[in-house]
This record gives sequence, C-alpha cells and structure tokens, in this order.
Amino acid sequence: MTKTIKNMFSFLAVFAMLFALSTEVMAAKKSKTLKNTQKKGFVRCGVSEGVPGFSNADASGNWTGIDVDVCRAVAAAVLGDAGKVKFTPLSAKVRFTTLNSGEIDILSRNTTWTLSRDADIGLTFVGVNFYDGQGFMVRKDSGITSTSQFKSGISACTNIGTTTELNMRDFFNSKGISYEPVAFEKADEVVAAYDAGRCDTYTTDKSGLAAQRTKLKDPDAHLVLPETISKEPLGPVVRQGDSVWEDLVRWSLIVMIEAEEYGITSKNADSMKTSDNPQIKRLVGSEGDLGAAFGLDNEWSLRIIKQVGNYGESYKRNLGDTGILPDRGPNELWTKGGILYVAPVR
Amino acid sequence: MKPSKILPQALTLLFIVLIFGFFTMNAQVNMENRGIEFGFGFLKQEASFDIQFSLIEYDGSHSYARAYLVGLLNTLLVAFIGIILSTLLGIVVGIARLSPNYLIKKAAGFYVELFRNIPLLLQIFFWYFAALRALPMPEDANLLLGSSFMTIKGFYTPAPVWQNFDIFFTTLILALILIFFVNRYAKKKQEEEGKQLPKFLISVCIFVGLPLITFLSGGFDLSFSFPELKQLAKTSYTYEGGMGIPPELIALTIALTLYTATFIAENVRAGIQGIGKGQKEAAASVGLTPAQVLKLVIMPQALRIIIPPTTNQYLNLTKNSSLAAAIAYPDLVLVFAGTAMMQTGRAIEIVAITMATYLSISLTISIFMNWYNKSIAIKEK
Repeated sequence: MTKTIKNMFSFLAVFAMLFALSTEVMAAKKSKTLKNTQKKGFVRCGVSEGVPGFSNADASGNWTGIDVDVCRAVAAAVLGDAGKVKFTPLSAKVRFTTLNSGEIDILSRNTTWTLSRDADIGLTFVGVNFYDGQGFMVRKDSGITSTSQFKSGISACTNIGTTTELNMRDFFNSKGISYEPVAFEKADEVVAAYDAGRCDTYTTDKSGLAAQRTKLKDPDAHLVLPETISKEPLGPVVRQGDSVWEDLVRWSLIVMIEAEEYGITSKNADSMKTSDNPQIKRLVGSEGDLGAAFGLDNEWSLRIIKQVGNYGESYKRNLGDTGILPDRGPNELWTKGGILYVAPVR
Repeated sequence: MKPSKILPQALTLLFIVLIFGFFTMNAQVNMENRGIEFGFGFLKQEASFDIQFSLIEYDGSHSYARAYLVGLLNTLLVAFIGIILSTLLGIVVGIARLSPNYLIKKAAGFYVELFRNIPLLLQIFFWYFAALRALPMPEDANLLLGSSFMTIKGFYTPAPVWQNFDIFFTTLILALILIFFVNRYAKKKQEEEGKQLPKFLISVCIFVGLPLITFLSGGFDLSFSFPELKQLAKTSYTYEGGMGIPPELIALTIALTLYTATFIAENVRAGIQGIGKGQKEAAASVGLTPAQVLKLVIMPQALRIIIPPTTNQYLNLTKNSSLAAAIAYPDLVLVFAGTAMMQTGRAIEIVAITMATYLSISLTISIFMNWYNKSIAIKEK
C-alpha cells in the first residue's frame, strides 16, 4: 500500500511540474525575446532560400542582402556585433509557422504585409524595407512587351504560399484570360521549369524577378514587363505578443533609413557625434537617452550605422552595385522623390 | 483482476492523457497569446487561388473545402494509376527475374537494383527536369499515334465527346454481366464434361461487340475533339481543345511506378520461390503448359506470400505521392497543406486534416487488401 501511495505522489509531482511549465508559458515576460537573444549571444533570423540582393548566401556561407541587413542591424543594436546572427533559410510555405513556433525571432524574407497575415495568424509586421509590386517575366523572342498581349491558354510558373497566386488570379480574371497556373514549392524549381520552357511567363514580385533572372541560363534573353499588377510592401515580421522586441526591430530599420536622410554613413558616423544638428546627435547617441526604452545603451543606433550602414549604403551594396535593381524607384527617400518616409527617431 | 495489476495500467493511461493534455494546453495557450483562433470555419471561405489540374469543376471562387477535394482527388488519381501500373510492371519483372533466359534475368535484376536504390525524390526530379528538357516545344512536336502530341507543356490527346453516354455505360454494364454468366457456364461445363470453352475469346467478343452493335445501330455517338496548335505570341504556342495531361502528372506517375515496381517485383520473386519445386514438377507431369503451371498452380499459392508485403508497397506509393509538391503537381499536400495553409495560416487545423486524410486512405487500402488476402487464403476444411 505504501508503494502505491509513493507512486501516486510521484505522479502528482510530475503533474505539478507540467502545470508549472505551462503557466510559465502563459506568463509571457515583457521582453522575453530580447532577454533570450542576449543570453544566446546571437539573433535568430529567418531568411529566404536564396534571392540575390535580398537574402542570399555565397559559396562560403556568408549571407548578404537588404533583408539580411535588417537582422544584422538588430544584432548590432542588441549584441554589439552585426555578425552575431544565425540565419535560417525558409521556404515561403514554412516561414510563418517557423516564426510562430519560436524557432526564429525575426522573419526578414521579402514578405508582403497584408491584413490577414498581420491580424489573423499571430504575426506583427514592423515596417517596410522594400516597396515592391508583382510583375511578369517573358522571353524576349516571344515578342511580348506588355501584359495586354497575353492570350488565353498562357501558362504561368510561380511559387506556392505567396500572395502571387492570388494576384495572378485577380489579374487574369479581370482580363478574361484563361491561364494554367504551375505552382512550385521552391523558387529554384520555378526558375528551372521556366527556363526549360514549361511556362510562357514567370510571375512574382518584380524584385524577385530581377533577382531570379540572374539565375537563368541566358538572363539577357528575358524581359520583365513594365506593368505592375499589385502592391507588395515587403518588410520584416516578428511574433505577436512581445511589443518591446517588435519596437526594437521596427526602430532598427527606421534608424537605417533616417540615417540616410541625415547623411550619416558608416564612414562618417563617429565624426557626426559633434554635429550641431540635435536630430543627428540623437541618431549617433551623443544626445538623449533613447536606448533606455529598449533596455539598451545609448550607442545602439550608432552601432547599426557603423556596422551595417544606412539604408542607402545597404541598397547600393546589395541591389545597386550588383546590377540587380540599380534604379531605386519608389525605394528612394521622400526628399528625393521616393516614398521612404519614416517616423522621427526622438 | 487484482488491484496491483490494474493500478500500473491506470497510471500509465493517466500519464498518456496528461501528456496529450499538456501538449494541447500548451498549443492553446500559445495560440491565445498570439491571438490565433482555432476552428474549421475557414473551410467555407473562398479559396481565391486557382489550381492547374482538377478532376472536378473548380476555380478560385470555390471554397477551401472544394480545394481540399481537388487535392484529394489528384492524390487518389496518381495513387490509383501508380498502383495499377506498378503492380503490372512488378509482376512482369518479378517473373522475368526467374526466367531461364540469361539476358532477361539479368536485365530485370539490373532494373530492380538500379531503381530501388536511388532516392525517390531524385528520381522524380530526374523524370521531371531531365525528361522535360528533352521534350520538344509545342510547335515542334511530332504527331504521336495519329493525333496526339508529347510536348514540354504536356501530353495532348483527342478528347472523346459523347452523345448519350448513359446508353454506352449501360451496354458496358450489360456486357460485364453477360461475361460473368458465360464464365460461370464455362466453368460448370468444364467441371461436368471436361470441355474447355475459349472463355477469354468469348469475353472479349462480348465486351467489344455489344457496345459496337449499339453504336452501329445509333444508340450512342462518339466523336473526338482534336488538340489544335494555338499561337500565343511570336515564339510561344500551346494546344487548344482535346485533352491535356500535365507533364507533372506524367513525371510523377513514371517515377512512382518505376520505383515501387522494383519492390513489388521482389515480392513476386519471393512468392514464386517460396513455392516448392515439387509443385511445379508435379504440375508439369500432368501435362500442363508452362503458362498454365504458372497461372493454375504457382500463382494461386504464391499470392498468399505476395499480397501482405505488397500491401505495404501500395501504402508507400500513396504516401510517397506527397513528394508531388516538389514538381508542382497539385496534390493534397501542395494544394491544401501548401497554398491553403499559407493563405489561411491555419497550420494546426490543416496539418491535422491532411494527416487524418492520409491515414484514412492508408487504412482503406489496408482493409481492402486484407479482405482480398483472406479471400484467397487456404480454406481449411
């Protein structure tokens, strides 16, 4: 009998343990993600499986791209070293689940900000780091120069799990064109199938088209059509429920854009500390106490600018000099005719 | 039962219930924290994405539930074709491996060793990307069998256009019933008088003849719509009319068939070798031809050895068909656990539905095969 009682007690203990564990999950700490990141010593960042200019790994495993730079900026702010990022390449299909299950803390993977994603599936979009739109790529020798030349029976290659599939339907339906959607799980297979001639057109975000074009056998034999059929504001995403972390990622991105606006670059950031402009001084941390809001020191923004550079530098390095999208289009500062207009860092 | 025996079992049960309870609660709490709601209401919402290939009427204005059905039918289609083809090929190769002919034996052995030792996903990629690239563009395609075209965009073949399809269908059923009775009569005749009627020939005659007579007497009409080349742009063509089978389905079917057939062939070989040599010799000694020996003596016994492991292969083939997602064949995984899951964000619900679906398909195949196995088992008297 005593043995039975002992068994019962050990069982109660196990039950109590499980209960305690789950209540800990319930009582989400105010900034658990920030604390965990500092403890681990690296930022866990979800990126694409390879979109040149946005997030792409070279032969030795170094990640580059403007999406990658957002994660690097957060690492510079939180950990003091932009290199302390662990990148996880994700397919479009698994990206949100991976973020939601807590395997990564930032999803910076050319992801379109939409209402259903923001409000319905437990995610929060923190801003826009690239204004994009969906377009079409065709073979030059087909003679097609505009989407108005599309005819019924056209086959279109694309990725699954993206807004692309929905926009494509809206577009072809509104034109009354019947089409054959060929949707692959991975971008590399879309490129291979399109290149082989399986499809007449390849449709995705224009930035994606420009990037994927470099992977084709003969990039010059293809043409991205001028029409844009949708709005695709791409930006980093975090889990819902940790507002401090959310703010931190949002303002890391804003710092990069605002730094460009005030002409602060990775080269001149240190010398800007003695600037006369209080706005510049706040950005490089020689005035105000803005880091305290996140529980960080006051040089968090200076580190972002010094280690990653401002938005313009990041763009030039990844999309300009590489020839992928030399024309910044809407992704130019509002002062220069673009639509990059961010809240002030103050 | 003694309480000392019940208690450990009760505790184990409680423990399992608690673990499941913990996982459920954990998921619930976390979903609540992130403002995600659990429910199946999304199935009624408009899917608003199109699917390349569908056996039933579907477009983006239909619901997610309908999209699920499209994916399910596409999975069942490729599984059904794959099971039939791989069984036929498996039996032929399995018998060929035991052929006295050296060349046939070695060729069959080579095929089995090659295809069962390469990962299936690679084979699917091979058939899709390597074979696809070798196919001609629509405008360069040559005529196949008079009116079909094999192109990089798919296989285009004439589509039958029926008039009074129901009459045709009825005659077909009538023919089958007639064949059934003829066969019963032939069996009786053989048992009573020892005479063998040409059963097979008579059956074929009925099966072809009856619909033919109805057709000639104008009971139903059949015409074909032929695929025609259509120019989309200067260098871009497609076929219109007729029936188009997407290359994704073709590549997937070939890969699944060739892969699974190797395992079935080995089962067939094992089954035949499991029958004592004496059986074959005894059958030959009463004057049966080699074909009759195989059909009447060896196979009925070998089937009992072949069926159970082959059931496993059928299940494998069905589950392996989910690799379709890699080459854009819109099966259940690609359509429902892919696009639909992404659009709705309902990961838990959709994965649960998908798992339950595969489980149901597998169990159905198992039940059917177990029933078949039982029906051919030795009836102990």
